[in-house]
Amino acid sequence: MTTSTPKRPPARPLRLSLDDPRIAGLFWQILVVGIAIGIVAWLWSNAVHNLSVRRISTGFAFLGREAGMPISDSWIEYTPKNTYLRAFIVGLVNTLRVAVIGIVLATVVGTLVGIARLSTNWLLSRLAAVYVEVLRDLPLLLQLLFWYVLMQGLPAARQAWKPVEGVFLSNRGLILPSVPLHDANLWTLLALIIGLIVFLIVRRRLIAQQMLDGKARPVWPYALGLVVALPALVSFLVGASWSITLPELRGFNFVGGLTLAPEYFALLIALVTYTSAFIAEIVRSGIQAVPRGQWDAAKALGLKPSFSLQHIVLPQALRVIIPPMTSQYLNLTKNSSLAVAVGYQDIVSIANTTLNQTGQAIESIALIMMVFLTISLGISLFMNWYNARIALVER
Amino acid sequence: MSSLAHVPQDPLPIGRPRVQRTLGGRIVLWLRTNLFPSVTSTIVTLLLLAVLGKACIALWQWGIANAIWFVAGNDTSACRALRGVGACWAVIPEKYRFILFGTYPFDEQWRPALVVVIFIALFAVSSRRSFWRKELFLLWVVALAVIGCLMWGGFLGMSYVSQDRWGGLPVTLILATFGLAVGFPLGILVALGRRSKLPAIRSLCVLYVELIRGVPLISLLFMASVMFPLFMPDGVNIDKLLRAQIAFILYAGAYLAEVVRGGLQAVPRGQSEAADALGLSYWRKNLLIVLPQAIRHVIPPLVNTFIAFFKDTSLVLIIGIFDLLTTAKTAIIDPAWQSFSVEVYVFVGVIYFAFCFAMSRYSRSLEAQRGPT
Repeated sequence: MTTSTPKRPPARPLRLSLDDPRIAGLFWQILVVGIAIGIVAWLWSNAVHNLSVRRISTGFAFLGREAGMPISDSWIEYTPKNTYLRAFIVGLVNTLRVAVIGIVLATVVGTLVGIARLSTNWLLSRLAAVYVEVLRDLPLLLQLLFWYVLMQGLPAARQAWKPVEGVFLSNRGLILPSVPLHDANLWTLLALIIGLIVFLIVRRRLIAQQMLDGKARPVWPYALGLVVALPALVSFLVGASWSITLPELRGFNFVGGLTLAPEYFALLIALVTYTSAFIAEIVRSGIQAVPRGQWDAAKALGLKPSFSLQHIVLPQALRVIIPPMTSQYLNLTKNSSLAVAVGYQDIVSIANTTLNQTGQAIESIALIMMVFLTISLGISLFMNWYNARIALVER
Repeated sequence: MSSLAHVPQDPLPIGRPRVQRTLGGRIVLWLRTNLFPSVTSTIVTLLLLAVLGKACIALWQWGIANAIWFVAGNDTSACRALRGVGACWAVIPEKYRFILFGTYPFDEQWRPALVVVIFIALFAVSSRRSFWRKELFLLWVVALAVIGCLMWGGFLGMSYVSQDRWGGLPVTLILATFGLAVGFPLGILVALGRRSKLPAIRSLCVLYVELIRGVPLISLLFMASVMFPLFMPDGVNIDKLLRAQIAFILYAGAYLAEVVRGGLQAVPRGQSEAADALGLSYWRKNLLIVLPQAIRHVIPPLVNTFIAFFKDTSLVLIIGIFDLLTTAKTAIIDPAWQSFSVEVYVFVGVIYFAFCFAMSRYSRSLEAQRGPT
């Protein structure tokens, strides 16, 4: 493709034959692209014909119509009188709710199991190995159905299990104590987040200064001020109340508290346990990838074990861990679409219902694909950024 | 995947005198080094032992001691009386034919059974390194043809059975095997295309791989079950199983392409340049020189992809194709057996586990043969 650069020998004259690599290249490309366009055009013309025969309207106008589908588990205001667009947004929120919480929990559980797998305690490492092996070798859908059946087999609300005061486990799901989210509390949370971000920036600058002159500067006053004092002050000023509401059994159901519906809870458990098995293997191989010599060298320099773990071993292990971890996060997000099998209304389930109600299959599936491609791209971009940040700076 | 699985265990500290110990002494030593080396470790061991013991006793009581293994006819009252206390394994002898073979005509079920045996034999033969020859390809073609003949029938006195009556384990194996058998060559082509110097072909391959990998498998299956008929001309009515099979082939192709691409990247440039220098054509160069080396590099991740793919065939449950998981779920719709899903899921789980565990052991043994890289 590239035309000659100055240093190259003069280009050979084109021969109009398939033996010439340039002509051959052009020929193959035109052929393949032609076939691809041909297939797509053929499919498209069939679709247009079929849609007109079946009197299915096209376009996304249906999004503005009344959905008429009940959604039982939603974090945002929704009634069946709302539009399809709103139903899709509810579904998207539900998908993200499972995916984000699932990713966090799976990372924690997976890391713990991965470290347990390396423990010198024989029993602990064997148990971790069994956990990993069993969960990895069973289909996720089977595990999901299994958890859901177990969830349905739990006692009714009146005989709910109470492992800790204020926590109920019954066939209505898991009910936890909650903190009411008033405006005042949200302001405090906002202050906490801002304080945390500012603190991280300050910490980076302090470390950068230490790199220059080698003098250690204390970080904790900033931590105290920005992460503890600032939110506390805001909380006091806006008068936030942090009283925890304990759920109570009234009649046949629970009042107050945070309810995780059985469908959501089953899906979350299945996703977290399944993905954590893969994450455990990633963490284990990441830690094993750091040569023993690194520990020994840190010890020889007189560094404390916690310091050498944090500053010597972990940064090196993370380089091995992050890329496969990204694909596990993507898998978890995509696997959350199995929700449809237990009736948790995520975006796929809502699109499926829409498809059955309106017949607009192409648009519904296109919406699912768009949403997931966007989420996948988002996670990839974030993880690539993080990976680039921790990558080895090579000279 | 885990190329580090063979990092050797810590050797015993050098300099420890080799004392001839009695068996009892060796056991005590092993216990002290592996279970009770320090205070924390001892606490962990004791805690785990307590939890494990409790769990084992509970499982024993539920699964064996209080379990009911057979009931007469459909009378499950004894099982229901013991709900939550003992397992009702009686559901398995009652329903196993349906779970394994679905609605395939009962008297003809030796055919799918034989198909399962052929599949397992085929996998066993293909896993042997000494059989990795050209003849293996022929064997696969013959075996898959025989499987098709057995399932459909319609000759030699075997009655014809249409695909919508197929079900259970054979369907799972068919979806997985045909998906891989067709998806693998497709994946190789796409992987080569993605490394091609021709921009149009390269971008087509990138588009295909990223599109398929970016969306959940379920959306592909929905596409196959509801969108595909819209895209076909009038009168063309492709069977549901075949449509799902096409979706699986496309799905497998994209994932396998990425694995093969990893292998292609591991082959040194010199190999392909040497082939060019010898004047080999593009296809001969790749088929004879580059691909054999590339695929050898990625056999363990390939097997891992096979495992993932095998498990993913269970997703056809959502579009209502009768694979092993769907038959299991359907078997317990029967009111008499409704509340014994856990037992049925355990049964099906054991079957899935057997296949996946065999594959993962195999992948590990391959890695061990190759040694650490």
